[in-house]
Amino acid sequence: MNKTVNPSELTSEDDYGPLYAARKKVYPQSVSGTFRRIKWGLMAFCLGVYYFLPFVRWNRGLGAPDQAVLIDLPNSRFYFFFIELWPQEVYYFTGLLIVAAVALFLMNSVGGRIWCGYLCPQTVWTDVFYAVERLIEGDRRERMKKDKSSDPMKLERISEIVLKHSIWLLIAWWTGGAWVLYFNDAPTLVKQLVTFQAPMIAYIWIGILTATTYVLAGHMREQVCNYMCPWPRIQAALTDEWALNVTYRYDRGEKRTSVKKAAELRALGQSVGDCVDCYQCVAVCPTGIDIRDGAQMECIQCGLCIDACDTVMTKIGRPTRLIGYDNDINIHRRQEGKAPIYKIVRARTVAYAVIIGVIGSFMIYTLATRSLLDVNVLHDRNPVAVKLSDGSIRNAYTVRLLNKSGYDRVIAIDANGPVNATLHVVGADSVTPDRPMIVIPRDSTSELRLLVTAPAESNPEKSIPVRFHVTDIGLGEAASATDNFVAP
Amino acid sequence: MTDHQSDIDSVSGRSTTGHEWDGIKELNTPLPRWWVITFYLTIVWAIGYWIVYPAWPLISSNTRGVLGYSSRADVAVELANLDKIRGDKMVALGAASLADIEKDPALLALARAKGKTVFGDNCAPCHGSGAAGAKGYPNLNDDDWLWGGTLDQIMQTIQFGARSGHAKAHEGQMLAFGKDGVLKPDEIVTVANYVRSLSGLPTRNGYDAAKGEKIFAENCVACHGEGGKGNQEMGAPNLTDKIWLYGSDEATLIETISQGRAGVMPAWEGRLDPATIKAMAVYVHSLGGGK
Repeated sequence: MNKTVNPSELTSEDDYGPLYAARKKVYPQSVSGTFRRIKWGLMAFCLGVYYFLPFVRWNRGLGAPDQAVLIDLPNSRFYFFFIELWPQEVYYFTGLLIVAAVALFLMNSVGGRIWCGYLCPQTVWTDVFYAVERLIEGDRRERMKKDKSSDPMKLERISEIVLKHSIWLLIAWWTGGAWVLYFNDAPTLVKQLVTFQAPMIAYIWIGILTATTYVLAGHMREQVCNYMCPWPRIQAALTDEWALNVTYRYDRGEKRTSVKKAAELRALGQSVGDCVDCYQCVAVCPTGIDIRDGAQMECIQCGLCIDACDTVMTKIGRPTRLIGYDNDINIHRRQEGKAPIYKIVRARTVAYAVIIGVIGSFMIYTLATRSLLDVNVLHDRNPVAVKLSDGSIRNAYTVRLLNKSGYDRVIAIDANGPVNATLHVVGADSVTPDRPMIVIPRDSTSELRLLVTAPAESNPEKSIPVRFHVTDIGLGEAASATDNFVAP
Repeated sequence: MTDHQSDIDSVSGRSTTGHEWDGIKELNTPLPRWWVITFYLTIVWAIGYWIVYPAWPLISSNTRGVLGYSSRADVAVELANLDKIRGDKMVALGAASLADIEKDPALLALARAKGKTVFGDNCAPCHGSGAAGAKGYPNLNDDDWLWGGTLDQIMQTIQFGARSGHAKAHEGQMLAFGKDGVLKPDEIVTVANYVRSLSGLPTRNGYDAAKGEKIFAENCVACHGEGGKGNQEMGAPNLTDKIWLYGSDEATLIETISQGRAGVMPAWEGRLDPATIKAMAVYVHSLGGGK
């Protein structure tokens, strides 16, 4: 395979290979078609959600934030429409991340890198930035010409460049601005931001995200996918022979022949390939590759080459989808004269769907049935038991009551343990003897010191289990926790 | 590199690194230029770090950096901030009455937290970390109080102490009836058994209850009261309950009556500021025995 060359015979530096390579700038051409329309639609949807969601209001009652989606870090709360999560419920995010990962696997086994091509923020923002560039500097050829031109820059060209970067920075700034709005009441923060009264951390985050958006979407572009992102490598391990990837159907395309020559050969009754080698698929590619070289890591499978090729095929009167979502199995089947098969439903996709379904429904079930009242009990460790002057035994507990609901509760505390035990909450004058009642404000926790005293006559054993019941006396909701009652 | 034989991969037409694994050779793929530039920039950044921040160890110290940054100074600033925050809250605590502190959940939580810390630093050596006490050092969790268990009484005891030498300290002590020759040894044994009987403890065979009662009435009632119920004015313990500071067995009682007892509780006024003493009182009261 490889021929060995003596160093002395080497003439050009290229044989050793350069230590580093200059980047080949990509100038994607504008294109229209089905996949471009899907991409425009998804871009509008994704950016719309991202930029405007913080302004959506959701009434949670007096005193509670009315922002539909809010990550309230100082108060350790996460609000998502009707859902409110506490820090100890962070496992819902774990579940969400697992579902998201498996959804990514499912997408990949059905239609390749759908995520990369249509939904990834890197793709979406790069697409927006390309659109701006195209609008100001013109399409592919114009941009290439302007970049290559060695003439001294005229005012017109300078103003073009300034305008482009200004709009880029504006979009980047808005991107960073929208980000911080998820962490504070959006209308208030906007007011503070424009009057320069927002907390410094807000400006810092806007600055960071403005910079990353501007650099990654404006300058790094396909380099992020090629050199920074692990997903192109991971997806290669996840894909299988049935996955539908953006594929050049070489069974139909080869041998590549010019339009004129193809017409001549067809007239003679010879079979020729449909590919006319127009390079439109390469021209529109945002990563600057040739899809006809086969599946490759750089391909984000955005489908724009399909649109480009379809346009050409329609123009020359040949069937469309010379490039399309397909796989090698079908190419070989067509070469053998068999009909292609598309197996969307197969063990792999079913397994992924089942995993998503199971985890998703488990999460929804636990979320729907979770208790909005909870209690934790911790026995005093030192001293574990106290003997009182009349010989009765007392144990002290730290009780933490959690009221996750949006209203104040009146909670009654009962203990099921030593016979005839009495309960007392330090600092609370109990109206009902032996059944302390405590008010817990909405959306908060209360830490109480609870004393359980067993009379001397009941003569408790060394250690007996005691079950604490807390009951919302208004609504009847209840929770309980178990600990031990210890005698000295 | 001296022995370098450049390989050209016949498929891609590109050079390889010459490294071979099971017949597969690695293509010599150059790094992107921006990557290499970024790499060198990180090195420059690191050098900047050396200059700006403490970096190089010297024989007995290290380079300080032009910013003069030190993590210890950071800690000092944070501690000062903490003191300031606490200071504001402690002012509120100092202004509130003891009863009001117990009624206000926020103040109660603050007093308990502050009290627990200060207790650990100052009181735990005698009373134990959980205030469970030890022989001669009262358990502060129970409901038996030598000098009274209300918030005010606890605060007073903490402020001035008992037999501490402070002008306002609690005074009064258990006399040494044997050592000072007030009672004879056999009388001491008798009265010790009488005291045991007050709280229902068994007594020695052949003990004369009437004689014991007589000795008790003549010598002990003045402080411990009629029937041995104790007197908090003098710090005389209740002898009828189940709690014994030094022990309830006959030998211990004989020792107590013969040698006397005069445990000392230091005065904390002047050592702790008034707000802290308040927090302490509330903390001790909230342990469960407070009246």
